[in-house]
Amino acid sequence: MTRLRQHSVIPGFGLTLGYTLSYLSLIVLIPLSALSVKGAAQPWSQFSEAVFDPRTLAAWRLTFGTAFVASLVNAFFGLIVAWTLVRYEFPGRRFLDALIDVPFALPTAVSGIALTAIYSQNGWMGRWLQPLGIKAAFSPLGIVIALTFIGLPFIVRTVQPAVEDLDPAVEEASSLLGASRLTTMWRVILPALQPALVAGFITAFARSLGEYGSVIFISGNMPMKTEIASLLIVTKLEQFDYAGAAAIGLLMLVSSFVLLFLVNVGQWWSTRHLRRTA
Amino acid sequence: MSSHHSHIERHIEPRWMRNAFIAASVGFVGLLILLPVISVFTEAFRKGVAFYFTSISDPLAMSALRLTLITAGVTLAANLVFGLAASWVIAKFSFRGRNLLLSLIDLPFAVSPVISGLVFVLLFGAQGWFGESLSRHGVHIIFATPGVILATIFVTFPFIARELIPLMQEQGAEEEEAAVLLGANGWQTFRRVTLPNIRWALVYGVVLANARAMGEFGAVSVVSGHIRGRTNTLPLHVEILYNEYNFSAAFAVASLLALLALVTLAAKTVLEWRIRVEERSVVMENVMEEVA
Repeated sequence: MTRLRQHSVIPGFGLTLGYTLSYLSLIVLIPLSALSVKGAAQPWSQFSEAVFDPRTLAAWRLTFGTAFVASLVNAFFGLIVAWTLVRYEFPGRRFLDALIDVPFALPTAVSGIALTAIYSQNGWMGRWLQPLGIKAAFSPLGIVIALTFIGLPFIVRTVQPAVEDLDPAVEEASSLLGASRLTTMWRVILPALQPALVAGFITAFARSLGEYGSVIFISGNMPMKTEIASLLIVTKLEQFDYAGAAAIGLLMLVSSFVLLFLVNVGQWWSTRHLRRTA
Repeated sequence: MSSHHSHIERHIEPRWMRNAFIAASVGFVGLLILLPVISVFTEAFRKGVAFYFTSISDPLAMSALRLTLITAGVTLAANLVFGLAASWVIAKFSFRGRNLLLSLIDLPFAVSPVISGLVFVLLFGAQGWFGESLSRHGVHIIFATPGVILATIFVTFPFIARELIPLMQEQGAEEEEAAVLLGANGWQTFRRVTLPNIRWALVYGVVLANARAMGEFGAVSVVSGHIRGRTNTLPLHVEILYNEYNFSAAFAVASLLALLALVTLAAKTVLEWRIRVEERSVVMENVMEEVA
């Protein structure tokens, strides 16, 4: 044990390390390995049938597609919101800032039924969209709205610190060299914010892939049309198809791990890159 | 997380552009986020105040509230003990594999809600690894309270540890070393030296974990079996009422959860301010030491 760590007079190393490792294994590591084993230890034909049958393929397409569109919408508006919150002083700024955290704090089932009420045909928004021929609730558009709702804080809270860290000297230099404000924003500020924006986009995207509570009310859950991958897992479990549920779950778990790993690598790369150019 | 910098007015954008950005931000956040929050409360009172109070005092709503409180209580206690142990070992000692341990603690953040429930069904469900032998001994985890608690512990696993570890790393181990050298034992050192230094971060972590524990839906939905009056938490009760087209009652119960979220956000703002004071005093001490 003394080899493992540097000497310290503070007591409790063995006890706290032992407890931490046991609790971590029991709650997190063993359950996650159960999923990996159950998902991977089945014949390939069975695995591919669970993961690639037409109904599941439709669910994958819908899940990835809506998550992508929602994250794109959030990247655009999230950038504007983060910029506005940091750079401008206006009445209600602090309230706007606090509102950004609501999707983190509001239970997903509550946001789910609230969004459904608003966007169904008699709702506050639905009644305006209906005459335009736009069906929001119980369609892929509804899923995009729900995923935009839950994804916004991820983008804003990632881009906000990056806007705060912008070096005003660079902006001043750009304008002193004769660039218009628009050129400075497009050619100087936007590239500087790009790493944070990409990291926020991927985090929101990864989170959206597994979202459940806020989506299942507004989506309508029609097989082949508005059924997301998470719901398919629940359906398989209700039919006691554990292997099928584990196969889909494993693929989802791997996709989100890969995405979050990319974010970490990207952040590591951009700090190294920035240090070298500085 | 909120912005805490001095606002130097650097408006070099043309005025029309600044106004357009503010309008777009207010419009987007207002429509996307504020509108749903308002609608929860207006829908909840749609059938009047009397109906509202009947809905939230309904026996099934009460039993859901009871399970939610029990689940949150057990979850917070378990994750609090873990958070303290993990942050103590990670922040006060340096050992091999410390960074790996840190990443493993964050793992549940990357797992989606339904999968967080699925893993426990695969272990303890009827056809799970231990399901059959457990049910032979009359132990029920899935479709019972222990499953609900386990899934909730899993999804809130990193919350408290994650708030404590960076703060305790920042504070270092000098004060604890001094206390031990002066003759304090481990427990005294922790209670008298460490705990006062981390109390606001601790409360912060508990508040965030509590909001998630009481509001968790996906993970709990998979393991609970939706047995009314027995394994229904408040969010699951909302779902059942909603699916029965009992919309006003669903929103009445949902308004309780929305209220919890708003209180959590208010507490979060106050605590963030306290923690900044805590951190600033650490920074000041470090600066003073360097000057001396």
